[in-house]
Amino acid sequence: MTTNGAVEHSFYDQVLEATPNGERLRQCLQCGDCSGICPFGYLMIHPPSRMIAQLRADRFEKVLETDTVWMCVSCYACTAVCPIQIPLTPGLMARTKEELILAGNVPTELQSALENSQRYGNPLGESPRKRADWTTGILPEVKILGKVKQKVDVLWFVGDYPSYHPRVQLITKALTKVLNALGVDFGILGPEESSDGDSQRLAGERGLFEMLAEKNGMAFSKYQFNEIITTDPHAYNAIKNEYPGLDISYPIRHYTEFLADRLDQLKPLLKHEVKARVAFHDPCYLGRANGIFDQPRAILQAIPGLELVEMSHNHKNSLCCGGGGGGMWLDGFQWEKAHVRLSEWRVSEALAAGAEILAVACPYESPRFEDAAKTVQGAGQLKVSDIAELLVEAMGN
Amino acid sequence: MNIVIVVKLVPDLVEELTIDTSGIALDTAWLRLIINEFDDHAIEQGILLKERGGGSVTVVAPDIEGVDDVLFTAAAKGADRLIKIKGDFAGVNNHALARAFTVVVKELQPDLVLTGVQANNDLDGSVGPLLAGCLEMPYIGYISGVSLGEGKSRVHKEYPGGLIAEMDVTLPAVLGIQAAEQPPRYVAVSKVRQMMKTSTIEERTASGLDMAGGPTVSRMFQTEAGQRATMLTGSPDEVATKLVGIFKELGVL
Repeated sequence: MTTNGAVEHSFYDQVLEATPNGERLRQCLQCGDCSGICPFGYLMIHPPSRMIAQLRADRFEKVLETDTVWMCVSCYACTAVCPIQIPLTPGLMARTKEELILAGNVPTELQSALENSQRYGNPLGESPRKRADWTTGILPEVKILGKVKQKVDVLWFVGDYPSYHPRVQLITKALTKVLNALGVDFGILGPEESSDGDSQRLAGERGLFEMLAEKNGMAFSKYQFNEIITTDPHAYNAIKNEYPGLDISYPIRHYTEFLADRLDQLKPLLKHEVKARVAFHDPCYLGRANGIFDQPRAILQAIPGLELVEMSHNHKNSLCCGGGGGGMWLDGFQWEKAHVRLSEWRVSEALAAGAEILAVACPYESPRFEDAAKTVQGAGQLKVSDIAELLVEAMGN
Repeated sequence: MNIVIVVKLVPDLVEELTIDTSGIALDTAWLRLIINEFDDHAIEQGILLKERGGGSVTVVAPDIEGVDDVLFTAAAKGADRLIKIKGDFAGVNNHALARAFTVVVKELQPDLVLTGVQANNDLDGSVGPLLAGCLEMPYIGYISGVSLGEGKSRVHKEYPGGLIAEMDVTLPAVLGIQAAEQPPRYVAVSKVRQMMKTSTIEERTASGLDMAGGPTVSRMFQTEAGQRATMLTGSPDEVATKLVGIFKELGVL
């Protein structure tokens, strides 16, 4: 990037074109709501509204000279609050990060997650061959489509952390129990599944996102199924909203949508009380970005004995766990800048709401909140459970 | 400054290594190869030198599965020429590899040759000194900093115990890179894909691969527990409980 006006304008144009409705950027009123609602806006040298001002003033190089855009966790708060719905998160913020990546200005932690995604198809750097290892010992055997070679009703896109992360694997196994109890005919891609790529895209690695999407598209096209369900709101967002732009179009639902539709069948199975006050954390890419607020709550309310309470930030105004948009791979970088974690803030809110259990529905959240509960004073007794785990508890197995 | 970097691909340890039925070699069925980490540092150091003082960077690698990605990635980082050496490199040792590199490197008439100081599959010494021997050039290994002067280079060589020596070496020379002055940079996938369309990989052919001088493997095996070792088995919790028990027994806790 140079100070040359023509280059500046081409970047402006690219940002405008980067996403549907990008041209709304021209209508920015400079109200500053985006910068105010951003959970890390107070730490950014150029929060979103100021980035727009610099872009218009042909001084965007000032933004690119700084690194605080890496504080953006792509939580959609700015996009959701904008009075004229400028798509800030997928447009300006992702495009700016892309510019920094192309210039080689990438925090080291993020770099290794991106390299791992490139090479192994997952940001954790695990062997792609081991992607279905979590299924070992589960009966009835989880169908891996490449092995069983038969049509299934539902293709479960498991996701990176649900496949590999030891804590999140427990949730994956819990959901397997729920699906089996409901008699769902499902299969997984196993080693043929790659990262959905959404967080990599929002961290600015558009090319990597496309590469991963193409791999998944190839895998989808090999098998027969009626719909995709996923454990991961980021995968849900990618496959629902971004893959069609790459000619990869399949019906997809988040598992909470899928289960909410089967509540009549599910309710008789929930025989055991879960006597606890439970606060539900709306995942950014389920709630704010895709408008799914009611289904997770409907499932929780179907659990006998469970009392649902709301935290001060809820529904559209939910607070990010800090893992999105590359945040999952920028913990050290963000800690250095902030000396506070969004997950700790959220755990404090759960305590203030009197919750005994913090219920989640996104694979980034259980490890983040459980770690936060270890450091927030008084949060030692707070339990973090995925909705799938609470269902299994209520099913009594 | 004409800088040549020779690199090789090594088994990726993210995949579990298994031994084939011959009992003397790795099973290549599931083996995935990755650029030797130290060679990646050599590339980064070469690009840094070019960025600081100009010149050209040529990356040379044997033609093994995955080599094109390695070379195009190097081009995306700033390498000017890419060369792969054709030949049957499956199972060759470093002596043969160094001899194959020698022919190509001589043709390139470099001022400076960089390579990784070591690799996880070195059984017969590392490539750098073998190559320097064939080229009759001086060699310094364990390098973590390079600056270039007129006809010579000043390098930082690492010694055990945290000692670092500053040395001058007459060029042309071969340097074994321990660590580049900054971690190898990230290149966006879009840049690598662009290189795949716009840059060319030149080819040379190795005329015979001479393995003389290397060892003969008589048996390859997984690490075996020694007689005095006690292997703790079970879940992490069970292992931790057993370990605490042992510590208590020994009076440590």
